[in-house]
Amino acid sequence: MALIDAGRTGSGAKRPLRLFKNMTAKIAALPMIATALVVFVGCTLWTIYHSFTRSRLLPAPEKWVGLKNYDRLWGENRWLISIENLAIYGACSLVLSLVIGFVLAALLDRKIRFENTIRTIILYPFALSFVVTGLVWQWLLNPTLGLQNVVREWGWTTFTFDPLNNAAIVIFGILIAGVWQGSGFVMVLMLAGMRGIDEDVWKASRVEGIPAWKTYLFIVIPMMRPVFVTALVIISAGIIKVYDLVVAQTSGGPGIASQVPALYVIDKMFGSQNLGLGFAASTMMLLSVLVVLIPWAYLEFGGKKND
Amino acid sequence: MTDASVSTLKGPSGPKPKRVFSSTNIIIYGTLLVVCLYYLLPLYVMIVTSLKGMPEIRMGNIFSPPVEVTYEPWVKAWAEACTGINCDGLSRGFWNSVWILVPSVFLSIAIASVNGYALANWKFKGSEVFFTILIFGAFIPYQVMIYPIVILLRESGDGITNIIRLFNSDASNFRLMGSVWGLVIVHTIFGMPILTLLFRNYFTSVPEELFKAARVDGAGFWGIYFQIMLPMSLPIFVVAMILQVTGIWNDFLFGVIYTKPDTYPMTVQLNNIVNSVQGVKEYNVNMAATLLTGLVPLVIYFASGKLFVRGIAAGAVKG
Repeated sequence: MALIDAGRTGSGAKRPLRLFKNMTAKIAALPMIATALVVFVGCTLWTIYHSFTRSRLLPAPEKWVGLKNYDRLWGENRWLISIENLAIYGACSLVLSLVIGFVLAALLDRKIRFENTIRTIILYPFALSFVVTGLVWQWLLNPTLGLQNVVREWGWTTFTFDPLNNAAIVIFGILIAGVWQGSGFVMVLMLAGMRGIDEDVWKASRVEGIPAWKTYLFIVIPMMRPVFVTALVIISAGIIKVYDLVVAQTSGGPGIASQVPALYVIDKMFGSQNLGLGFAASTMMLLSVLVVLIPWAYLEFGGKKND
Repeated sequence: MTDASVSTLKGPSGPKPKRVFSSTNIIIYGTLLVVCLYYLLPLYVMIVTSLKGMPEIRMGNIFSPPVEVTYEPWVKAWAEACTGINCDGLSRGFWNSVWILVPSVFLSIAIASVNGYALANWKFKGSEVFFTILIFGAFIPYQVMIYPIVILLRESGDGITNIIRLFNSDASNFRLMGSVWGLVIVHTIFGMPILTLLFRNYFTSVPEELFKAARVDGAGFWGIYFQIMLPMSLPIFVVAMILQVTGIWNDFLFGVIYTKPDTYPMTVQLNNIVNSVQGVKEYNVNMAATLLTGLVPLVIYFASGKLFVRGIAAGAVKG
């Protein structure tokens, strides 16, 4: 409310022509207006339009081909593998990050010592780039010198864990690295949510003699629904963008086994010069974001009106 | 978890005695210890690998500490590692990243803070609409906008060249695409949603009376911004800086697309060094290079502590 009032006093001090009212603020906000309109709206529409054209090396707005690019896209094995990988990676990393993040937050929430130190340790991978993350885990998962070798040296000579060279499980190799990097962030979100829960809830459950794990499961989690929703949206947006991690860790290999849509798009646009397909693929990425975003926005802004 | 400890209690209940070694505590601290080891493992492996010689790496296991500590890999990673025909090491990427980072951080924070200020205190017709578009824009996959931005940068570079030529007919081409400045603009654009949100929320919480009083005293848009808002909100500027420095330093995608090999940022050069197919793999040099690239955000992270957490939570907490 304060915000609206402040705005009114700001613009209501003088009343000259409508357009010139509050002119400095409008000029100062020009970069934002330009970004919103030209880049976020303009560029997005441009890409969507060109996904219906036969653009190859250069964009060809005049060669309208309808849904042909989409036809080709969904008939291409590499795209289907990308989608499958994204689905597996997305589902697993969503569940794992939420579960790990919640459990760790619950452990840290138990009024323990060294909380700050432990939180710092769990969160530090989040400060690292995906490139660094990917390269470290590439080295750890190196079959001849990495983890596999160490376990074999310990005496389990038939131990095999070589995800980065095995097309069937390569996506799980990337998943390990991705969860290592991102779960600390989820933990921080969850911890903030838990700290926001009224102490009386805990007192009540202690009086009733409900064990802590039950309190978390049946009382705390339902109360933290908004935190879960926020985490869900942020993680999903990150999953769809996953690119650098794959480039650094496997370059999409072995073969095309660890391709993801973001990698496919960049390759089509800047590598194999098939812009039309690239535009179609990126439009599909946008569509998948909307599937997550629209219900969230509906909940978020529907809820706000009731306040 | 606590039911185990509750069941061991005998007799009537009173204030529960504090026991350091209760089974619950052992489980909690045990789990956390294992978890911490897991999270620290990659950092540890990076460090020990980067301090070993190649023969030691080939023979030993990746967890064992170096028998003979050598700094050779670090020197090599910094000054000699090759990408393609260039063999001047990561130092070039490091300085490129610095030259990208400084103007990007400055420009993005300057623009976003003014945006946030206008949105919080000088609302105009449609300002909320633009803000909503901006926030939704943060969720659009970059791949959707990357190509049209290439065209925009190329065209505006040509446009600027033409304008310069009006005054100086033999001026060389001014390029935005493929240059550091193009990348600076891109970082400013894509940092805008989160930073604008951060500043808007912060400025909204500044007491309204201050703003009104300044208005009565005749201060205008910029006067209030520079004399009241800016000095009052230094912490949020620090948070924004931490957010941007780590974000821009860690960027890979924009670096690959919008710069050329000799202006590649550190992350891109690192990837090219480690994943180059020619030559024998020198894992120690690779890990030294990886650590070097991760060092800047790590130092910022460990030095900034809670502010870092505040920065990353900024997008998550709705205001």
